[in-house]
Amino acid sequence: MRIAIASGKGGTGKTTVATNLAQVAAADGLAVAYLDCDVEEPNGHLFLKPTIERQQPIDKLLPVVDLTRCTFCGRCSQVCRYGAIACVNIQVLVFAELCHSCGGCILACPADAMREAPKPIGELRQGMAGPIQFIEGRLNVGEAMSPPAIRAVKAASAKADLTILDCPPGTSCPAIEGIRGSDLVLLVTEPTPFGLNDLKLAVEMVRVLKIPMAVVLNRCDIGDDQVRQYCENQRITILAEIPDDRAVAEAYSRGHLACDTIPSFAGHIRALLKRLSNGTTQ
Amino acid sequence: MKELIVISGKGGTGKTSVVASLATLAGRCVLVDCDVDAADLHLIFEPKVIRREDFTGGGKARIKPGNCTACGKCEELCRFNAIYFDGPSNGRVARTFRVETTACEGCGVCVDYCTENAIEFGPAICGQWFVSETRVGPMVHAKLGIAADNSGKLVTQIRRAATEIAMKQQIDLILCDGSPGIGCPVIASLTGASLALFVVEPTVSGIHDFLRVAQLAARLDVPGLLAVNKADLNIQTTEEIEAAAVKHGIVPVGRIPYDREVTHSQIARKTVVEGSDDPAAQAIRAMWADVKRHLQRVAASEAGGLVQIQL
Repeated sequence: MRIAIASGKGGTGKTTVATNLAQVAAADGLAVAYLDCDVEEPNGHLFLKPTIERQQPIDKLLPVVDLTRCTFCGRCSQVCRYGAIACVNIQVLVFAELCHSCGGCILACPADAMREAPKPIGELRQGMAGPIQFIEGRLNVGEAMSPPAIRAVKAASAKADLTILDCPPGTSCPAIEGIRGSDLVLLVTEPTPFGLNDLKLAVEMVRVLKIPMAVVLNRCDIGDDQVRQYCENQRITILAEIPDDRAVAEAYSRGHLACDTIPSFAGHIRALLKRLSNGTTQ
Repeated sequence: MKELIVISGKGGTGKTSVVASLATLAGRCVLVDCDVDAADLHLIFEPKVIRREDFTGGGKARIKPGNCTACGKCEELCRFNAIYFDGPSNGRVARTFRVETTACEGCGVCVDYCTENAIEFGPAICGQWFVSETRVGPMVHAKLGIAADNSGKLVTQIRRAATEIAMKQQIDLILCDGSPGIGCPVIASLTGASLALFVVEPTVSGIHDFLRVAQLAARLDVPGLLAVNKADLNIQTTEEIEAAAVKHGIVPVGRIPYDREVTHSQIARKTVVEGSDDPAAQAIRAMWADVKRHLQRVAASEAGGLVQIQL
């Protein structure tokens, strides 16, 4: 089973749920893979503390022009929908940050003067966190496009009983790339106006992708009842309600897995795991 | 005209609550919600929309099932796994190809190489942006369509609109609420801003993510200030974050204590400083005096001159 942990709003507890769920499931004897798809700000390693065994660059393909063959006809620049290539007099300029690596310019070049060369945009790190397979993507600072790095993380994952994808916040391309192809999306939210507003956006996003979903209501006692009402109206199952607990927040602040030291919290995560394996979702 | 962007790296550290409070304290400013795919600032200010514009992003491909011969060329060439072989029958072939819009990045390669002219391609409306009136001044905000892309382009668009409004109405401060991460909307928010205020929480992930976005700001030549939110959750980490900030030339301007009033204000649709004079509100007031001083010394916003690029 592949479970994507997502949320519209940031900071609602995605990584807390994802890492603790991985830990509890692994302790239960399941083969667990944890994939950190939040490549802009990957945090899972701070809690799972994996031993990294393999590191390799995540590349993006960029066009390279062979100037001895180029006739400066400008065809590459005309076909590029991203404005990533300019052909001026006897120069061809490639703007790496605008290029989506679609390969259109390579196909279009009538002089066979273009090929593609990899340019690193990030790093793929793989290893083990105890029994948990750990895979993380890490986008280089200054790179604008995270989806290629997220695709690299997902492509690297091995088979497991439970694959947990810790996804980036938001509802645009990075979030979508993270959750695409999963069996279930767990939306982590909190009972506040911001939490509700962003949950609604996330629900719409998941519906567009036609993936089953459920909600985890984190810090369930800090706000009002609007999220519960919304979920009820929309027939979305709330799989766990986790109370606000300063001890959990302090464990988090230090990089500890709360399930290791706080029994009440571990109980909520174990109950969540049980409900997930029973398949109680929308 | 100065432009302050509130940013954090990690999500949920309190950016929007801080922006809303600073806007109240500033008296009059132009507010911009750059978190276009999960915007929340409007929940506090209940803006009255006075102008509404469609936002057109890049193109999207669409296969006309009637013309598709199921040759599979589009699927072969698409690098984004956006072509699915599950389109309707058209009498000649049992199944046709279909473009999954949420995966299409608008490169147009499939269109260029379809021998049957079966693929349409055109700019897609992928959101809306608004100019509104609020109790603290004009606000420019947006709603990116569900599962749409081009968030960076939309951010540049609304920042430019905010600059025009500020000039026309002679307002000398633009206050932007940023988005989490370090990718395209964040780059689009930071580029050309006068000053960044990093709102960071004292956790291992807070500091980790702050250092990455601080590196990005430095690369874009945007000077920075630091506010540690929920600072009392872990004083030792708060001190580490402040020390790291100083090392990167970022000036600590305040510690905001954990205060349940922050959530209560949000539920009451008020800014923290409107809602109460509790510890968090007091800390934000004190911080604002410092932020104002720094704003006088930094460069004017360059958002008005930004070229809109497509990402």
